[in-house]
Amino acid sequence: MSAIAVEIEPTRATAAPAAWTLPDRGVVGMASFIIAESAIFTIFVVAYLFYLGKSASGPTPRDVLEVPIFYTICLLSSSVTIHLAGQRLRRNQSKPFLALWLITIALGATFLFGTAQEWRRLIYEHGLTISTNLFGTTYYSLVGLHAFHVTLGLLMLTIVWWLSVTGSLRRQSQRVEVLSLYWHFVDVVWVVVFTVVYVIGR
Amino acid sequence: MAIHGATIDARTWGETLHEWVTTVDHKRIGLLYILFALLFLVIAGVEALVIRIQLMYPHNDFVSPQVFNRMFTMHGTTMIFFFAMPILFGFGNYLVPLMIGARDMAFPRLNAFSFWLSALSGFLLYFSFLGGSGLYGAGSAPDAGWWAYAPLTARAFSPGSSTDYWTIAVLVSGFGSIGTAVNLIATILCMRCPGMTLGRMPLLAWLYLTMSGLALIGITPLSAAQLMLLVDRYLGGHFFDTQAGGSATLWMHFFWIFGHPEVYILVIPAFAFMSEIIPVFSRKPIFGYPVMVAATVCIAFVSMSVWAHHMFTIGMNSYANSFFAITTMAVGVPTGIKIFNWLGTMWGGRIQFKTPMLFSIAFLFQFLIAGLTGIIQAAVPFDWQLSLSYFVVAHFHYVIVGGILFAIFAAFYYWYPKVSGRLMSERLGQIHFWLFVLGFHLTFDVMHVPGLLGMPRRIYTYEPGRGWDTLNLLVSIGAFIQAVGLLVFVANLILSYWKGDKAGKDPWDAWTLEWSVSSPPPAYNFATIPTVASRRPLWDLKHPEDPDSRYE
Repeated sequence: MSAIAVEIEPTRATAAPAAWTLPDRGVVGMASFIIAESAIFTIFVVAYLFYLGKSASGPTPRDVLEVPIFYTICLLSSSVTIHLAGQRLRRNQSKPFLALWLITIALGATFLFGTAQEWRRLIYEHGLTISTNLFGTTYYSLVGLHAFHVTLGLLMLTIVWWLSVTGSLRRQSQRVEVLSLYWHFVDVVWVVVFTVVYVIGR
Repeated sequence: MAIHGATIDARTWGETLHEWVTTVDHKRIGLLYILFALLFLVIAGVEALVIRIQLMYPHNDFVSPQVFNRMFTMHGTTMIFFFAMPILFGFGNYLVPLMIGARDMAFPRLNAFSFWLSALSGFLLYFSFLGGSGLYGAGSAPDAGWWAYAPLTARAFSPGSSTDYWTIAVLVSGFGSIGTAVNLIATILCMRCPGMTLGRMPLLAWLYLTMSGLALIGITPLSAAQLMLLVDRYLGGHFFDTQAGGSATLWMHFFWIFGHPEVYILVIPAFAFMSEIIPVFSRKPIFGYPVMVAATVCIAFVSMSVWAHHMFTIGMNSYANSFFAITTMAVGVPTGIKIFNWLGTMWGGRIQFKTPMLFSIAFLFQFLIAGLTGIIQAAVPFDWQLSLSYFVVAHFHYVIVGGILFAIFAAFYYWYPKVSGRLMSERLGQIHFWLFVLGFHLTFDVMHVPGLLGMPRRIYTYEPGRGWDTLNLLVSIGAFIQAVGLLVFVANLILSYWKGDKAGKDPWDAWTLEWSVSSPPPAYNFATIPTVASRRPLWDLKHPEDPDSRYE
């Protein structure tokens, strides 16, 4: 084996570059995760569109779906409130942060309530379940996958709320920022799901 | 807490085990990945031997048809999801932080979580041998093939729980892979040491970055399809239920939207090993670094639009056929660029024929042939003839064994000294190499011929006198020679750990950062975070009179 004549001390190589900044790993990690999630949602959306009008029996989307405008407004405005909350946190204004954060949770919860109401109506009034026909299968899967993500988001929002109440959230604004990226993503997915299910699909 | 007098040797087995199970160190997790994968390599190898014994003679009944179906299903699933993926992630885990001058991955706990998801899913898959028949007495391990085409996976055709084990195991291993892919991307983009710009990263880091990006969008469609299959099987959904208007073809599309990028997810790390090993043993820097990066990214992009070349025989229209034929042939261009660049690296170099280099050279030849038989099948009419024949089986084993596995062997011989502090035996390495080359070519060169003669894949047995008999016997003999080669390799791994020559920091006189630390590296990797000024930081250190940084 060739012995190395020079003692290796990597630090001696050259002077460090003046400014060495790299992207934040939380943001990059969340962005990667969002790309992966987008691919999952894409496949479910493709399946929904592919099976539109191919159900062997009723009910059809036109028969039973109603456009959930109010709940959509709730979810979309929660993106605004979480953004404002993040701003407040960065400026260390904990009271307004807490208020805006609670509003975000409330708006998300309202949206979930809306989904629950809609599912109740579809199941009890129209007899549409996940096994009724292809529409039922694709509809509950796609909307359910989104609702699952909203639920996860709400859980994490609640954890952050608890952390801020107990006062352990100081200097963690970067992490809250990463979480709000996820929340924005869930909202953007809803825009796609809304368009596909309630606009194109109806 | 006995802090005084506590030494490393004094730890009990229990403590050591606890340390390994709870570790978040990227090197240990990398090793766990690799050991886990080697275990499954041996298991899936035994399954391959069972298949080959069954096909050795016409009218053989070494195993029953049911067991035969389970064997090829488990062999395929295990090799892809529980050998190839984890071993490549294992190498990535171990090497990437060391090569970019970081102390660990970006998310160490996510890293451990991802590994244990993979491990859990592997054991879950194999638990099906015990639990798969459920209450139905319906056969144990999964037997629907590794693509599990609908409607074979429907409750009606796969009663019992074996298909559920398959679905959930593959789904969970997918989540593990996504976690590691996210981690690798964040590590490579956010943890590089000062001075290591993207253009100065070792090619291995670039290729793992590309591979992880591809994994994010390549593996997730399979996860989505598995979720749909679970909805079908457990909630009475109709995604792939042809009786209720569902489409079996849609499963094929979803599976291959995963399946083809998966080939590149596996082969890009193999390219990564080649791009590190060939320059060192040619004593020349890599030829055409920026072109290599561009070609890799290009392969990743094109690979996402070739999937339906697995489906030419289902009857797509001529536009779809033409599109997928053209994109498939187009992948050959960036791949060819890479092969030329490796040859350009070797050209005029002082090549050292050490074991890692032998495997690398074999990789170049074999991967080229594998690519060429791939291009042959991109021609749609020819594929109609060859699809589902042993020609296809020979082709993709040429890619995976002749390409990826040879590259993995090269990587073992190259980095083993770093990991263990000892060199692997050259003599055993040469025996392993020649046995494996002989066995590989006997098996997979010959296997093309029965395919051309019309032998279908997954066939349980065959009539004598079709011209397949001798060929199949030769293929099976080759499989056993490979098995012996693999045993020599495993023996080399184990023996060298105790008997191998001490390696020192840098046995190959290499140029990347992992060789600047002791072998095995300390838990913290670098006592002080290094600073780099070129693509070959160790060259700069060893040759201060003529550093690379002067020319970059």
